[in-house]
Amino acid sequence: MSNTQPLLQVRNLRVEFPTRRGVLTALDDVSFDIHPGEVLGVVGESGAGKSMTGAAIIGLLEPPGRIAGGTITLGGRRIDNLPYKEMRTIRGRQIGAIFQDPLTTLNPLYTVGRQLVETMTTHLPLTPAEARKKAIEWLELVGIPAASQRIDSYPHEFSGGMRQRVVIALALCAEPKLIVADEPTTALDVSIQAQVIALLKRLAREKGTAMMLVTHDMGVIAETADRVAVMYAGRIAEIGGVRDVVKNPSHPYTIGLMGSIPPITHRMERLLQIEGAMPRLSAIPKGCAYNPRCPRVFDRCRVERPDLIPAGATRAACWLYDRADKEAAHEVAQTGYGEVRHA
Amino acid sequence: MRDAAALGATPMLETQDVARYFDVSRPLLQRLIAREPKRLLRAVDGVSFAIPKGTTLSLVGESGCGKSTVARLVVGLYPPSRGSVIFDGQDLAQARADASQRRRMQMIFQDPYASLNPRWRVRDIIAEPIRAFGLVKDKAAVEARVGQLLTQVGLSPLDGQKFPHEFSGGQRQRISIARALSSNPEFLVCDEPTSALDVSVQAQILNLMKDLQKQLGLTYLFISHNLAVVRQISDRVGVMYLGRLVELAPAETLFRTPRMPYTRALMEAIPDLEMTGRQRIPVGGEVPSPINPPSGCPFHPRCPLANERCRAERPALIPARGTPEALVACHAVEEGRDGGPQVEPAAVGAVQGV
Amino acid sequence: MQAVRNFFDSDIWWSFTRNPVTVISAIVAFICVAGAVLAPWIAPHDPFDLASLQLMDAFKPPVWEAEGDPNYLLGTDDQGRDVLSAIMYGARVSLLVGFCAVVLSVTIGVAAGLTAGYLGGTVDAVLMRIADIKLTFPTILIALLIDGITRAALPRDVHDQVALYVVIFAIGISNWPSFARTVRGSTMVERNKEYVQAARVIGLGRWRIMRSHVLPNVLGPVLVIATLQLGFAILAEATLSFLGVGVPPTQPSLGTLIRIGNDFLFSGEWWITIFPGVALIVLVLSVNLLGDWLRDALNPKLR
Repeated sequence: MSNTQPLLQVRNLRVEFPTRRGVLTALDDVSFDIHPGEVLGVVGESGAGKSMTGAAIIGLLEPPGRIAGGTITLGGRRIDNLPYKEMRTIRGRQIGAIFQDPLTTLNPLYTVGRQLVETMTTHLPLTPAEARKKAIEWLELVGIPAASQRIDSYPHEFSGGMRQRVVIALALCAEPKLIVADEPTTALDVSIQAQVIALLKRLAREKGTAMMLVTHDMGVIAETADRVAVMYAGRIAEIGGVRDVVKNPSHPYTIGLMGSIPPITHRMERLLQIEGAMPRLSAIPKGCAYNPRCPRVFDRCRVERPDLIPAGATRAACWLYDRADKEAAHEVAQTGYGEVRHA
Repeated sequence: MRDAAALGATPMLETQDVARYFDVSRPLLQRLIAREPKRLLRAVDGVSFAIPKGTTLSLVGESGCGKSTVARLVVGLYPPSRGSVIFDGQDLAQARADASQRRRMQMIFQDPYASLNPRWRVRDIIAEPIRAFGLVKDKAAVEARVGQLLTQVGLSPLDGQKFPHEFSGGQRQRISIARALSSNPEFLVCDEPTSALDVSVQAQILNLMKDLQKQLGLTYLFISHNLAVVRQISDRVGVMYLGRLVELAPAETLFRTPRMPYTRALMEAIPDLEMTGRQRIPVGGEVPSPINPPSGCPFHPRCPLANERCRAERPALIPARGTPEALVACHAVEEGRDGGPQVEPAAVGAVQGV
Repeated sequence: MQAVRNFFDSDIWWSFTRNPVTVISAIVAFICVAGAVLAPWIAPHDPFDLASLQLMDAFKPPVWEAEGDPNYLLGTDDQGRDVLSAIMYGARVSLLVGFCAVVLSVTIGVAAGLTAGYLGGTVDAVLMRIADIKLTFPTILIALLIDGITRAALPRDVHDQVALYVVIFAIGISNWPSFARTVRGSTMVERNKEYVQAARVIGLGRWRIMRSHVLPNVLGPVLVIATLQLGFAILAEATLSFLGVGVPPTQPSLGTLIRIGNDFLFSGEWWITIFPGVALIVLVLSVNLLGDWLRDALNPKLR
């Protein structure tokens, strides 16, 4: 995967929200790549900035939020500074978006067929008749039964799970190179969720589409993603291959996060918990943002902010893995939470 | 089937064939013009269970299965359309009429952003049950009790003078728990108390609830859609589908040998965090509308084991062949068509996120 | 003290100071209200003191006109009354009527909306049908009707004494449905929130829940509508007085002043009617602009 050119390059992305109490930094120094055909999972707790990263890439930051620094490059072209109108064509043609609530994407006044046809005729060299034929194919592909009849139905005539399938068809039908999916399965029931995840994964593979999958659900990430970025307080805390991040995390936050997921295989007397809560944007601590909650905090964490550095098989923003503190790093590797979890 | 008989002593709470229907017909005039009959949504349709004192019963199921309606029936927010709810040997309506009984039951809600009155200070929110039941008269004593409750749930007594919006979701849920505890209840109904919370905070709240149960000998009715969370907190688990209990078993039995095909499908659907590479086959279809439930067994349109009998006859909740401690409403299990009780533990190696 | 500091630290205050139109409206409205309320102490003349009236001073134009008299800044009317003082006293009556009418509307509307929204069912249906019927009659029509009935029922001198209250009642009774509808809507939302359910689990009575839990959470929009309705109520009163069915001429409001001055408009004494008219417009406009701002400031979606 690394020998190809990355499709999406995000470099030092910084998003700010001016408020009356001063400027809040919602995203700070966020950098990552997504290669063609790759699924990057972005996880974190509410307020970590994961959805905002997606919104910044598709150019839909809610005002007064603004990109204050860094670059976003899609297929070699900078897209973070494009005017709204140009960004809109890119959003349909090159980036598809899937949101948590399908009703925000679908226009309730038009049939799903019309919405699919319009999207395709706008972005692809198709006649309306061809587009309609393709629309039926898409609906079949996403698993809508009797697609040729259902194409003239309105969004409210579909159930929640079916609507999300329509949204997926809508996001994919213009054959974008990148899909940004923000909590695509969170509003769905477990059994439907499994169907939708399987569908997304299959389509991304078949079409060679890259995907940025934003979710708080580690299970969904583990099933779907190739690589994972774990976000905390507006920064990436750890990034790496999905197996490494899930099974063998390096950053104390990731370790805690993974440990606090209740297992279904057995009952635990006490779950591992991270004390406290994520800081508000207005009160991000000095140094490493995680330091007040970190069980392995030491002096340097309170003053100096760590950048992503190689840590085991992944890259983590943690001083434990800095050369100067290599001994400490060794120690954490020896007594990771991994064993605690299965105790 | 009366579930209590097997359990001996008077349970904290028992429901007997309890049901709740909602009238979802269109307005009278429109209905008459369109010549439509009345439309009833059978949110809960004949549910019986008992919760022994000091234990936790969890109800799981997907949205629309009626689990939250059961929670509201049990605390008396809805009167049942049929059947009865018995609180510590007394009919619920009678118990609710008596303040000294009513204070023994409390509820914790799902949404920490909606469950606290935004215009009230935290100390007044927590003190409301104390004042309503007249438990402590003296003003200073009320304040002391509020401070003690805040400490008990892991907050500072000084937090009492703040307003709810100054707290994070997890802290608000702690305040909600403190309010519920303030009338010294014995029975807590918890309606999805952690599903609006982040996973690390969820662990804090689950641990807190376990600690409180141990310290205060509380009885919980725990409502959740998350099987992994349910596994951590339950003694017994009931699985609901379309307003009915389809399986009711001790937690260990249910998770080791799930019997009802729906229970197995739910476990199958949980994303695999251990990444065993196991290929999951998600159950097809969607939950049918509770206004027009399928005939016979409500799960038959999605069930791989369904046959003619399943389509025609509604199965009763009876002890399962092979694992009699589990009650299962399934013809396939009764007839031994489900592969028997020696089924492999379906979900070993599967872990669910929030 | 803490409350005051909190207020100046709040989002409302911040949005206020960031909005020049609102600040100007507030200053103008404040001047209008202060001038009206303090009229007996700060008005240059007492227009109702017959002894001080000088017929010699009748029809004096405003001070900047050739024959203007510095004693009468905005000129005098046919009786030699100072127009500025008459406006200040008149605004006092207009504001009193407007304010009392809105208080009456709010009281009826909030009570009806809260009850209808919380109890639902038949109570809701009956109350809201009454509101619907009420809405089919224009305010002025109802006011004329009530005025006509009281005029027929009461002797003339008694009617003059109660005329002010009749106008307040007539305007107040016509505007309650807008409050009732808004409060009903918000109540139905709040009723299903979990904090209300928590109160029900404790077993609090429905009236107590409505009063201490629901009411404080539905008052935000009421404040906005009340501010906007204050402008409408003042205008309604002016209309009625202009038609001659409002407050008695012994207590002239701005509307009465406009009607009296109207007779002289075409004989050249324009100031007698124009200045009360301008005062009315300025007062209503500033109040309405404040109301608009309040609506935006309290609407979390627009913030």
